[in-house]
Amino acid sequence: MALTEQQLTTSEDQYEYGFHDEEAPLFKSKRGLSAEVVTEISKMKNEPQWMLDFRLKALKYFEKRPMPQWGGGGMLNEIDFENIFYYIRPSDRPEQDWDDVPDYIKVTFDKLGIPEAEKKFLAGVGAQYESEVIYHNLQKDLEDKGVIFLDTDSALQQYPDLFREHFATIIPPNDNKFAALNSAVWSGGSFIYVPEGVHIDLPLQAYFRINAENAGQFERTLIIVDKGAYVHYVEGCTAPTYTTNSLHSAVVEIIVKEGGRCRYTTIQNWSKNVYNLVTKRAAAYKDATMEWVDGNLGSKLTMKYPAIYLMEPGAKGEILSVAFAGHGQHQDAGGKIVHVAPHTTSTITSKSISKEDGRSSYRGLLKVHPEAEYSKSNVRCDALLLHENSRTDTYPYIEIENDRVDIGHEATVSKVGEEQLFYLMSRGVSEADAYSMIVTGFIEPIAKELPMEYAVELNRLIQLEMEGSVG
Amino acid sequence: MTELTRVNTDREIATMEKTLVIRNLHVNVEDKEILKGLDLELEKGKTHAIMGPNGSGKSTLSYALAGHPSYEVTAGEVLFEGQDILEMGPDERAQAGIFLAFQYPMSIPGVSMANFLRSAVNSVRRARGEGDMRVPEFRKKLTERMAALKMDRSFMGRYLNEGFSGGEKKRAEILQMAMLEPKLAIMDETDSGLDIDALRVVSDGVNTLKGDDMTVLVITHYQRLLNYIKPDYVHVLMDGRIVTSGGPELALELESRGYDWVRAEFAVPA
Ligand SMILES: Nc1ncnc2c1ncn2[C@@H]1O[C@H](COP(=O)(O)OP(=O)(O)O)[C@@H](O)[C@H]1O
Ligand SMILES: [Mg+2]
Repeated sequence: MALTEQQLTTSEDQYEYGFHDEEAPLFKSKRGLSAEVVTEISKMKNEPQWMLDFRLKALKYFEKRPMPQWGGGGMLNEIDFENIFYYIRPSDRPEQDWDDVPDYIKVTFDKLGIPEAEKKFLAGVGAQYESEVIYHNLQKDLEDKGVIFLDTDSALQQYPDLFREHFATIIPPNDNKFAALNSAVWSGGSFIYVPEGVHIDLPLQAYFRINAENAGQFERTLIIVDKGAYVHYVEGCTAPTYTTNSLHSAVVEIIVKEGGRCRYTTIQNWSKNVYNLVTKRAAAYKDATMEWVDGNLGSKLTMKYPAIYLMEPGAKGEILSVAFAGHGQHQDAGGKIVHVAPHTTSTITSKSISKEDGRSSYRGLLKVHPEAEYSKSNVRCDALLLHENSRTDTYPYIEIENDRVDIGHEATVSKVGEEQLFYLMSRGVSEADAYSMIVTGFIEPIAKELPMEYAVELNRLIQLEMEGSVG
Repeated sequence: MTELTRVNTDREIATMEKTLVIRNLHVNVEDKEILKGLDLELEKGKTHAIMGPNGSGKSTLSYALAGHPSYEVTAGEVLFEGQDILEMGPDERAQAGIFLAFQYPMSIPGVSMANFLRSAVNSVRRARGEGDMRVPEFRKKLTERMAALKMDRSFMGRYLNEGFSGGEKKRAEILQMAMLEPKLAIMDETDSGLDIDALRVVSDGVNTLKGDDMTVLVITHYQRLLNYIKPDYVHVLMDGRIVTSGGPELALELESRGYDWVRAEFAVPA
């Protein structure tokens, strides 16, 4: 008896979060992309005219731009844009109170451990289910300090001026094909404003999930950190397993004003049929600090290069990226730093692991403008290969346009060595555990930058990926 | 018939009192024969020393006993507590109670000493059907053993052997041994890289652990270590075989006369 396609997927992928709930959404847009669908989305959301115009213009850019052939190469050509639902709304409005959250959604959150996370992270929880944030909870004292933490749709309604002043200023709609797509059909995401001098001690976090088959997820996040303020935003992504490919194409824009600091941490674990094509960019002004911590597991193809523009003297940027490419996966990840102003500093640290025929690429750009004298940058990328057929590539683009800079660059590729395995095994550790110990150690420099719970989660996810990779 | 039965029984009893029995062991490394029919018996609870010139096959023997995949056993048998271990993986041998302190320990970046020791201790316990060691118990034991080896607490947060000096690596090996409490401890050139103070500390550590149960195999090409860890038996390894054995006095003789006379007397090809 032949297995159905669905059974095959379930048994093969062993994707831990691969459960899915029966959908009961209130509204689902037609399949495919057109001016009509875009208009419908905007109307459903009661958006102002300028946003509809913005979306329609972005749609034109999307249609005009050719499909990029670098990075994922031919894989992108397999995406069938006509077969995707661009908007699904599971409930009428974002919920503030956990009790009001529909049960079937709670069940999913239970499986993800969201209420647990809420207990641990008292600072506030925004969770994205399908295309809109349905659960949002922000601690009272943050509200009192003037912190805004909303889903992006609500922010457009409630803070139209603040929103319009910053929206799409860092990533214009014609930036790249997928930023254009997101700009046309975006929905949900987080909007955060931290007022001058406000320091949020605990990380703010949101969980994202894609749940409907063929549902694209196009969330749009905008974070504004005002002068001398600080926030750490943590985003975790898991998606259930489906037989046809899903598309995730987000845009994240961050503005860090004078003396402010923002850290944005992502641990994403998309199921293995998701195309994950995300544009993330931040601008850091005088003496401001921006840090991207980016963990990429899962997905079929990830193309993601968090960027930092160092706009004024004293600005600092740091990118930490870790990628795990398992069987059939391609992680094309890295980072982009642009030194626009003098006396700016940056570091990029990238760690990638390739298992079986998995492929990881580091793609980085370091650009130093002629005016950006006395800038300093250090780039380090390390790749670890687990098997003979594992693959890694490095594409470090460096464009330095003045002589008074201090640049360091180092890249290493290593294989899990027989001697290391033997050493660990000679202490009673099994081969599988020895492998995962070496891998865990390899990403330790990044794991130690994560909040404890996320470091544990990252290590656990990697251990799951490691299972069955031996012998 | 009765005769034969009696002989077998004797041999069995003899085997049981031996922690390790090696018979006619042949080992190839990269298709080159390094051990060429080595015989050796280790008495339970005793300290045996193997001495031999550089390149005679001492490390090859220790790797082969620990189960290194590149060291191919082409003939012979190795019985640990009466059981043939040659088909066992390195992890299973460790779980059975064999420990090798490496001549050149590997470093594992990003894996802290503390995490590693806990994984190792618990892997061995699980294999024996015991539960994981409770954290407070583990901490207490670790603190004690580290103090005995005069190791600073900061070691626990450091990555396994990463950036350790030669002496620190050797101490870390003995600490692992102290935590795993093996039945058979093989120490490959543990004295190299140690100054005299460190040598004393490490030797004290080993002597404390020894008790009645632990069998020790000390591998060295200097007599120096044997002043601190006193052997009951000394064996000379040359050209892939044990060529002669004796008491502690043999070590002193080797120290003063070198190995040439052994070669002459026991007709080892030069
Ligand atoms: N991994 C190896 N690869 C190639 N040759 C080896 C290897 N290990 C040992 N040998 C060879 O085997 C012989 C014995 O080496 P070894 O066992 O290290 O001696 P010892 O420890 O007594 O100095 C030497 O000739 C050495 O070159
Ligand atoms: Mg040696």
